This record gives sequence, C-alpha cells and structure tokens, in this order.
Amino acid sequence: MCRLFAVTSQEPLSPMVAIRALNVMKEGHDGSGIGLFMTDLGGDFEQFKGGPILSGIFSNEGIKLLDRYMLDMDFMTKYKLSFRPSKRPPEGTPRRDNYLIRVYEYPVSWENISDEERERRLMLCRLQLGELGEKDGSMTVFSFWPDVIMIKEIGDPLAIADYLGLERKELQARIVMAQGRQNTNYAIDVDACHPFFLQGIATMTNGENTAFVPIREFLMSRKDPGYVGYKSDSEVFTHLLHYTYRHLHLGLAEYKHIITPLKDEELAQHPDGLWLRRLKQSCRPMIIDGPNCVIGCLPDRTLFMLQDAKKLRPGIVGGQAGMYAFSSEMCGLDEALPTREKNKDFQPMKYDTVFVEAKRQEVGRWNQMASLSRLH
Amino acid sequence: MEPDGQLKPSSLGLKDLPWQIVWNKEKCTLCGQCTAVCPVQAIEIGVHRKRVLQVPPGLVEKPSNVFGVYHGVRQRTDVSHACTGCGMCALVCPNGAVVPVHNDEPDKLRFHINQGGVPRRRGGRRNSQESLLDAIKFVRISMLTDPALDAGRHEFELRTLLGRILPPEEAMGQTGWQPPVREIYPLIIGGMSFGSLSPTMWEGLQMGVAYLNEELGIPVRIGTGEGGCPPRLLRSRFLKYVILQIASGYFGWDEIIHALPEMKEDPCAIEIKYGQGAKPGDGGLLMWYKVNKMIAAIRGVPAGINLPSPPTHQTKYSIEESVAKMIQSMSMAWGFRVPVYPKISATSTSLAVLNNLARNPFASALAMDGEDGGTGAAYNISMNHMGHPIASNVRDAYLNLVKIGKQNEIPIIAGGGIGKNGNLAANAAALIMLGASAVQAGKHILQAAGGCIGSETDRCNVCNIGVCPKGITSQDPRLYRRLDPEKVAERLVEVVISFDTELKKIVAPLGRSTSLPIGMSDALGIADYRAAERLGIRYVL
Repeated sequence: MCRLFAVTSQEPLSPMVAIRALNVMKEGHDGSGIGLFMTDLGGDFEQFKGGPILSGIFSNEGIKLLDRYMLDMDFMTKYKLSFRPSKRPPEGTPRRDNYLIRVYEYPVSWENISDEERERRLMLCRLQLGELGEKDGSMTVFSFWPDVIMIKEIGDPLAIADYLGLERKELQARIVMAQGRQNTNYAIDVDACHPFFLQGIATMTNGENTAFVPIREFLMSRKDPGYVGYKSDSEVFTHLLHYTYRHLHLGLAEYKHIITPLKDEELAQHPDGLWLRRLKQSCRPMIIDGPNCVIGCLPDRTLFMLQDAKKLRPGIVGGQAGMYAFSSEMCGLDEALPTREKNKDFQPMKYDTVFVEAKRQEVGRWNQMASLSRLH
Repeated sequence: MEPDGQLKPSSLGLKDLPWQIVWNKEKCTLCGQCTAVCPVQAIEIGVHRKRVLQVPPGLVEKPSNVFGVYHGVRQRTDVSHACTGCGMCALVCPNGAVVPVHNDEPDKLRFHINQGGVPRRRGGRRNSQESLLDAIKFVRISMLTDPALDAGRHEFELRTLLGRILPPEEAMGQTGWQPPVREIYPLIIGGMSFGSLSPTMWEGLQMGVAYLNEELGIPVRIGTGEGGCPPRLLRSRFLKYVILQIASGYFGWDEIIHALPEMKEDPCAIEIKYGQGAKPGDGGLLMWYKVNKMIAAIRGVPAGINLPSPPTHQTKYSIEESVAKMIQSMSMAWGFRVPVYPKISATSTSLAVLNNLARNPFASALAMDGEDGGTGAAYNISMNHMGHPIASNVRDAYLNLVKIGKQNEIPIIAGGGIGKNGNLAANAAALIMLGASAVQAGKHILQAAGGCIGSETDRCNVCNIGVCPKGITSQDPRLYRRLDPEKVAERLVEVVISFDTELKKIVAPLGRSTSLPIGMSDALGIADYRAAERLGIRYVL
C-alpha cells in the first residue's frame, strides 16, 4: 500500500523532510515510484510567485520541442532549475535527459484576461504539451501553474532524492506532499505516481478505489478538457475535488459528502439532510468505494485529510502551531515532527475531515454529521 | 386411428407428443386424483382390455387365453388434449404411480398446434434455456490493496434511484420544483396484472412487499401490469409500494382516476407500457377464460370476452408524441409528485426512445424488457422469435447515456429473463454492472414465490387459458384456492432476503459496498470473445 506524507510549515522546508518521512515508512511502499508536490514555495522560487512554473521530464529532443512551443505561445523563461543527472540512476529508475522546473512570464496577450480564462489556458497548455510529448515520450509534464512544483519518478524515494540532489537550497516549500508508491493493480508508470494536480488542486491517496471505472466515465462525460489521464484510479479524487470546486462551486465539506455520502438513515438525522439527500442523488456516480485515505491541498493552501466510508486505511495528523504534518503512518509523523505533543495527534475516522489552513495555527476537525456551515 | 381405418393428418400417437405419461399399474391405487387434477384433461380413467395367457400345470388342460379388463389411466393424443408436462398428476399421486416424461425426440405436436387456423398461444417465456447473463462472470475479485469485504458483517448500501435525477449543476442551484425521485431496492417485481394473476397470487405478492418494506426495511416495489388495481389497495397506504401501469388498453384506469381524490399515498411511480419483452410490438392479452365478473369490474369491461390491448396507444399520433404527452399528463394527474417512465420492448431502436427521453425533463426512467420476458398470454411466435436480447440493449443504452453525460439522470430498468435459470442475483448484478439501475423480474418470482412449474422446455405454459394447476394464473376459485396468499407472501420475503444476501456475496468480493455498482463493467468477464467485445467487458478463458 502506498505511503503518504504531507507537511505544511510557516518556514520553508526542503522536500527531504517528506522524503525522509516516507523512508521510515518504507516497509509499506515497494519503491515503484515517488511523487512530490510543492506549493507556497520558498527558496529561489519565492520571488516568482505570480509566474507559471512548468515541471516535468524532458528528453533533449523534448526540450527543443518545449522551447518551440513556448516561444510560439510567447512565454518567456524567467528562471529555471534543471537536473541533468550525470551518474547512473538507481536500480529500477529509467535514465532521463532532463528534469526541468522552469518559471515563465505570461505572454503579453494574456495581460487583460480574467483569472478564470488564464487558468483555463494554463491547463490547456499543459495538456497540449503532454499530448505532444506522449507520442515519442519526449515530454512528460506534471504541472504548469504558478507557485507549484511537481517531481515524479519511478524508483525508491530516498534513492531518487539522492540521485536528483533534491536537498538543495533553491528547492524549498511551505507545503510539501509526497507519495511513496506501491504499485498494485496498474502498470508501473511515472504518470501513475501521486499527487495528481489540476488547476490549483492536488490530492494523493492510498488504497484503491473500486468504483473507479464508473467515476472515470462520469468525469470524462463532463466535457472538461482537464479530465483526462487516469493512469491511476486515484487521479479521480483530484478531478472530483476539482469538479466540486470549479463546476459545482462547493467546498471541502461537500466534497466529503459527495464522495462518501451519509446513509439514508443518517441523512434523516442531519440538519442539512434534505439538501444533502439531493446532493447524494445527483452526485451518485461520484461515490467512491475505498479503502482510501485522501490527502489534498486546496487552492487557498489548506491541507486536508479524509477517509472513505469504510475507514480501512490509516491516517494521522499532528504537529504544533507553525508546522503540521499529515501522514499515512504514525512513524512518518514521528520522523518529521519528533517533538510535537503526541497526545494531540488525531486519526480521522470515517466521518471526519481534518484540515490545516494557511495560517497553520491549529488542526481543524469537521464531522460529517455536523452542519455544513462550519467548513469553507 | 379413426374407426374407419383412416388417419387424419393431425392424428397423433403417443410418440408424437412432447410429453408422455408413464403409468405404473402395480403402484396405482385407482384413486383418480391424477385425472381430476390434470389441467388439460390429457389423462382420463381408462378401461383397458388385456389378454392373459393361462397355462395350467400338467398335460390335461391345454393352455388357453382369457380376455379380461383392468382399470387405469389412459393418455389422450388429440391435439387439444396433449399433455403439457405440468406434472400435477405426479404431484398428487399418493403412490408415485404416474409421471410425465419428455419425448426423447422432437415432438410432432408442434406441426399441428394450429387447429382451426389459430396459431398456438400460450403463457410462459421464450422456449430456450440459453442465457447470456448466466455466462457473465464477476472476475474483478479484490485481492490486494482493496480487500474483499465481508458480505455477512459489512454495511452495504444497495439502494437505487427511480426518477429523473438532475445533474449536480442544476440540482444544487435550483430552489423550485425538482423531479420526484424514489429511493428503492434494485429488484422490482415486474408488472403482472390483476387478471393475468389470480387474486390469491396478487394478494400474496402485495402482502410480501408490504412486509419487506414495513418490517424489514427493504424498499421493494411491485408493478401492477395492465389490469388496474383493486380499489382497496388504491386507497391504502400500501399504494406507495406500487408502480401503477397504464398500457394501450387503459384497463382499470377509470377506477384509478376515480380513486385519485381518496388516495392516502402517491403510488411509487407510473409505468407507461409501450411494449414488453415476451410479445414485442404486440399489445397485452387476457383471454376470455380469465375475464370473470371481478376482473371485468376492475378493468371496466364486460365479462367473458378476450381483452387484446392494441399494440400502441391509439389516442396519440406517434410514439414520440405519445411518450411526451402521456408522461406530461400522468405527471400532472399526481401534481408532478410521482415519477413517470415508459416501458418498452428491448429493440434495436431503443436508443431513439432513450434519446427522446433524455430531452424530456419529465421522463423519469426507461424500462427495457428483453426477449426472455415472460407473459400470461401471447402468440408462441411472438414469444419465441420476436425481441432483442437485454444485455446488449442495456449496455448500448447506458453507454449512450455516458456519451451525453446523463448516465445518472435517467435510470435504466432492465427486465426479461432475469433469473430464468434460477440465477436471479447473478443476472441482476450483471445487468447492473452493464449499466442498469434496477431490474424487473416477474416469471422468476412466480416460480420461486408461487411455485409456478412452467419452464423453457415447454412445460405447462397454460397460463393463458386460466387452468393454472397451481392457482397462480387462474381466475377459477376452485383452482386459485389451492394457493395460500400467506404462503406466497412468506416465500416472496424469503426470495428477496436470499437475493439480498447473494447480491452482497457478489459485490463484497469486488470491494463494493458504498453504492450500487452501476456500470462497473471492469468487474465483468465472459468466455466469448465476440460477446466481450460487444459488451465492452473482459474476455476471459
């Protein structure tokens, strides 16, 4: 089963904090992949908060293809951090030419467009690049979004971090999400590594969603160009959250109600029962069937964790004001935050959603049986 | 052979009949129960002449023979009295002295069962035991990250929705009227009319449904078929478990309309029947044998006449118009509080109907009835040769809805041959995973809850002429009093509870518990490459 670790901190951290936490949870992942998501960036990237950052893996040909595309689109490179590993990759990790993180300046013609349109165009650029690179494997793009960096690779997390030299001062973030993948039912593919990202929304999951196929069908029939991919059944969690936010204009509490609705008898007792029943009915194809622990990051930098209705996966949150972490196992939390007050740790159960907002002052808890007005 | 030594073309011998009565003289008590119970008088008390050889010991007297008689059972061989194989004789025989056996070669009766130029009519369903649904296996067993669940101890949410469900974008923003949606159990007892079924069978089913709902909390619904609804039921709280059907004969609707102001509850839904799987493109049929005074009163017709419904609703110009207008009128009759949906025969043109419904905001579902659907009366030709298999029809309909993004908005209710070989839960689960929201079963319920002995090897199947030896489809009090409605109710409850357990035994190993696995096609496999391709499921060997 995959291992998950996410941390949110007042002070920028190296992604190694998360990688080391994954390493102590190693018995649960088989080194079939690592995914990193970083936002609220520190280090060298802090100065470029507005500009979109492209993260991905490129062959030498791919770089040329990328440059041509970006030039045509009138994007200007402002800053870049690329890893061109010279030594031999760790066992099981393919040899790549370039791991690239590039900050761009928006095209002049984008100056007066709305935020929504800008965000739509950024997504389309990422998708087009992905499509261009997919044919010959020359480009794999993980994200193209302001203040977001993503790195994914096949192999053991610590070995890859060492290989890529992730412990560098340029690379720091206040929010880091990391997954150590244990490949289960699907192919070993770098695109199957979590976290998944779409328009400011990122999630990662462990377990398996057995309702994957009908959910994928539902999402793909929404006609949103971003709802593609699905190399992993867990990608639907990101898109479901995106759908909740962007299409339904609802929040995290409703997301919980959509993917793990209350039973009819429970709804009868709920203060918002009538409204929730309607939500449950109209969102029926979005009901997940875990076991899944979902950790995610919202556009407002709230980090959250929730469990599926069966609660068959572990998950724990702990920390102190200024720094909190979410981990699939307690030992990961112990590694990253050994001095925290452990008696304040919290393990969310099937009704719980826990979250830490960007102020990082406390762990918010919300119970699904409670009224909807309390959360977001 | 005729007395003059002639043979008519339709003169048949025992060997020409599909069923032959094997009678054991040694065991027979001559009680006569078998001949009394036979629904078609295929056997009668016979006096048989027999020569007995007498060979006395010694040489004094020569051997001789004696002509004597003995009494027993004689099978008639004329077409109208051919044994139907129902086996009631064997059921009532105290000594097990009589039993019908199937001919070891194809019978010749089939060539003659159109005497007077009237083609064969019968009850039952397509005389074929093949079932594609039985061939579908559930192959995605959770073995790794997603543990298989415990069917006995886990909580399962197996309910489904009946009604037009708005897409979330519309549903959550809207404050005014929203289409009515019922949360029901995915097994619906299909429409079998009061008239086609006996009063005791109907009462038993209704009692069973009430018990399932009110005592066990399993929201099973039952369709009325086209025959109206008894006045007391219309005015009772149990109406909410009933799906009223309106069909092209409008039988019983005068009574229903008049009961409207006195209804305590809304019915679960209104089903507008445009077609059925057993006799696609043909109207309902209740033969005169069964139209007694009570049936005539409920249906609002004279007694003792054939009641053939027209193939389509005659008051409307076209089927599309009919669907739209009838849905509108029926919705209006109940103040837009009751889901209204059409039921059609599965057909290669189902998608046209579906697309029409998708554009009609009042259409609440689409019931599709496949070629294996059963009936109380139909022409043999319609039953055996007309209609579309249900599996591919449901799959096409579901995928069409996926294409237009409305897979959750119009529930598909699948019917026709579900559980025909006894595999009710497996067939239902297969159809649900192919895209159905619910299934309708009729014949299986008659077999399991009523003790119907009809089969696809053409056993019994005399529902049409009101002589059902079990009292299930007869309107003759001497016959239907054989059936105790309380026992029917008990059996129905047992059938549904065991269905529920079996359904859990299917979904639990697939790791599904939080919602009905509608469209979970990745769980299905079949050892037939072309069928797998056609249905978009896994080909497994």
